[in-house]
Amino acid sequence: MAERIFIKGNEAIAHGALAAGCVCYFGYPITPQNDIPEFMSTAICEAGGQFVQAESEIGAVNMLLGAAAAGKRAMTSSSSPGMSLKQEAISYMAGSELPGVIVNMNRGGPGLGDIGPSQGDYFQAVKGGGHGDYRTLVLAPATCQEAYDLTIAAFDLAFAYKNPVLILGDAILGQMKEPVTAWKPEARSADEAASWRLSGAKGRPKRLIKSLFLEDGALAGQNLRLKEKYERMKAEIRFESFQCEDAELVVVAFGSIGRIAKSAVRTLRAAGFKVGLFRPITLFPFPSEALAELARQGKRFLTIEHNLGQMVEDVRLSVLPHADSAFFGVMPGNLPMPDDFEQPIRDCLGG
Amino acid sequence: MTEKCVFDVPQSVIDRATHYCPGCQHGTIHRLVGEVLDEMKLREDTLLVSSIGCSVFLYNYLDVDAVEAPHGRAPAVATGVKRARPDNFVFTYQGDGDLASIGLAEIVHAANRGERLSVVFVNNTVYGMTGGQMAPTTMVGQKTTTCPSGRCPESQGLPIRMSEIIAQLGGVAYCARVAVNTVKNLGQAKKALRRAFEVQATGQGFGFVEFLATCPTNWRMTPVQANERIAAELIPYFPLGVFKDAPKEECA
Repeated sequence: MAERIFIKGNEAIAHGALAAGCVCYFGYPITPQNDIPEFMSTAICEAGGQFVQAESEIGAVNMLLGAAAAGKRAMTSSSSPGMSLKQEAISYMAGSELPGVIVNMNRGGPGLGDIGPSQGDYFQAVKGGGHGDYRTLVLAPATCQEAYDLTIAAFDLAFAYKNPVLILGDAILGQMKEPVTAWKPEARSADEAASWRLSGAKGRPKRLIKSLFLEDGALAGQNLRLKEKYERMKAEIRFESFQCEDAELVVVAFGSIGRIAKSAVRTLRAAGFKVGLFRPITLFPFPSEALAELARQGKRFLTIEHNLGQMVEDVRLSVLPHADSAFFGVMPGNLPMPDDFEQPIRDCLGG
Repeated sequence: MTEKCVFDVPQSVIDRATHYCPGCQHGTIHRLVGEVLDEMKLREDTLLVSSIGCSVFLYNYLDVDAVEAPHGRAPAVATGVKRARPDNFVFTYQGDGDLASIGLAEIVHAANRGERLSVVFVNNTVYGMTGGQMAPTTMVGQKTTTCPSGRCPESQGLPIRMSEIIAQLGGVAYCARVAVNTVKNLGQAKKALRRAFEVQATGQGFGFVEFLATCPTNWRMTPVQANERIAAELIPYFPLGVFKDAPKEECA
C-alpha cells in the first residue's frame, strides 16, 4: 500500500526528491520555500546523503553544478530574488550539459517584491533566464501530489536530457497542505554508469566537463546540438485539458492559478456556459500544438496569470493565425479566489 | 654507456606546449601540481575544478578529470563535487581576480566549513587573460589598464592578503604562501603544496597554498625583471611562510 501523507507543497517537493534518489541538496533560506531546506537538513542526511546550507544562492547552485558533474542526483531550491542569483550557473549547466533539479517557489517581484504568490518569473524560467542561447525544461505543478510526482519526473528528465530542469511553483503551492500519496520509483542505477560523469581517470581517458568552446566553429556546433536537444524535449510535453471538447472559450492558466481557474470553469459549466480549461504542465517545451489544434477548431482563448501578462505571449504564438487570446492578470501578493475569475470569463463569453 | 632518465614529465602532466606567455609561472606551478599528484598517487582519484582566466586551460595540461566553474565559484563547485564523491581528491586552481574578488564569498565559506578540498591560489597581482586590469592584490603604485596612474590606496584600497584571511578560519587545516622565483623557494613551494594536499587526503580539513607568480606581459617586464620583482616588491608585502598547520578546529 502506498503511504498517504499530509504535507505542504514545499515538503512534497522534498519528499519527491528523496524518492527520486536525490543524494545531495544545497540550499539557502528565502521565503516562501524555507520548508525545503529545513526538511532536507535532517531527512537527506538520515537517508545517507549530503545537505549544505550554502553561503548564498550562488554558492548553492554552484554546488549543484559540482555534484551534477560528479554524476549524482542533486537539487537546489529558492524563490524569485534567489533565482536571479542562480541564473549564471544554470546557464553554465545548460552549456556544459549537466543534469540538476532547481526549484523556484515564485514570489512577487521585481526586486525584493513581497513574499506572497506570483507568476512573475515565467519569462525568466522559460526563456532561458541566464546569458546565452539555452533552455531548461520547466515543470509547473498545481497540487501537492503533482509537486511530488513532477519532482520525481524532474530527476529522470534532467538525466535523460543532461540538462537543468526547473520546477516552477509559487507561494500558494508551497504553503498549502494536502494529502499526498507517496510512491517510490524504481531505483535508477544509470547515473553511476553515465559515460560523462567525473569519477577519477582510472583505467580510462580523462573526462572534461566545460562550456568554453574557443576553437573555430566549436561553439556553433555545440549550440546546434543543444537546439536539437530542445527540439527532442517536445516528446515530454504535458498538459491538462478540462472540458475543452465542446468549449467556446478555453481558459489557459498554469500552476496554482490553473487550479483556481478550474474551479471557476466548473462553476460556470454548472451554470451552462461552454468554457474549458487548458493547463500547461510543461512550460518549456510549451504545448503549442495542442493549443493550435483547439484554435483550428474555432475556439476562443482567455489567458489568466498571476502577473502583467507573460505566458499569454506563448499562447498567442501558439493559436495565431486562427485565434488570439484575451488576458486577465491578477496582481502579485493577492491570493485570488475562483469568483475573481468568473466575471472576466463571462465578459469573454459575451455575457 | 646506457642513458638514464633523471628528469621527465610527471605522469599527471600532459607533455605538450602550453599557451602561456614567456616567463609566466603558471607552467612551473602546473608542473609542481603534477609532481605532487604523482608522488601521492592521486592522479586516478583527482577531480580538478578549473576556474577562470589564463589558468582555465589547466585541464588541457593535467591528465585528470576536470570540470569548469563559473567566475569565482570554483570553491562552491568543488564543495558539490567533494560532497558527491568524498573518496575522490578534489582541488581548485584559481587566480587572484577569481579568488580574491568575485569569488571571495565562495573561498571564505568553503574554507570556514572545513571542506576537504585543496586550493591552489596563483597571485600575480593582475587580471591576466582579460588584458591587465587591476586585481584586489595589485600593489600600491602598480600601473594597470584600470589604474593607469598606479593603484591608489585612498580610492582603491590596499592589496588583499588572502593567506592571512584564510588562515584565521576555523575549518582550515593548512595555509601557506610560497613563491617559485628561486630554486630554494621552489623546494619550499612543493613541500607546502604536498602538505595542503595531505590534509585533504587525511581528512584534517581545508588546505590552501598561495603562489606569488609573475605576469611579465601585463607587468610590462622581461621574464627576468618580473622574477626579480617577486623578491623586491611582492615578498616584502606578501610574506612567505606557513600561516596555519593544524587540524580543523572542533566544536567545544
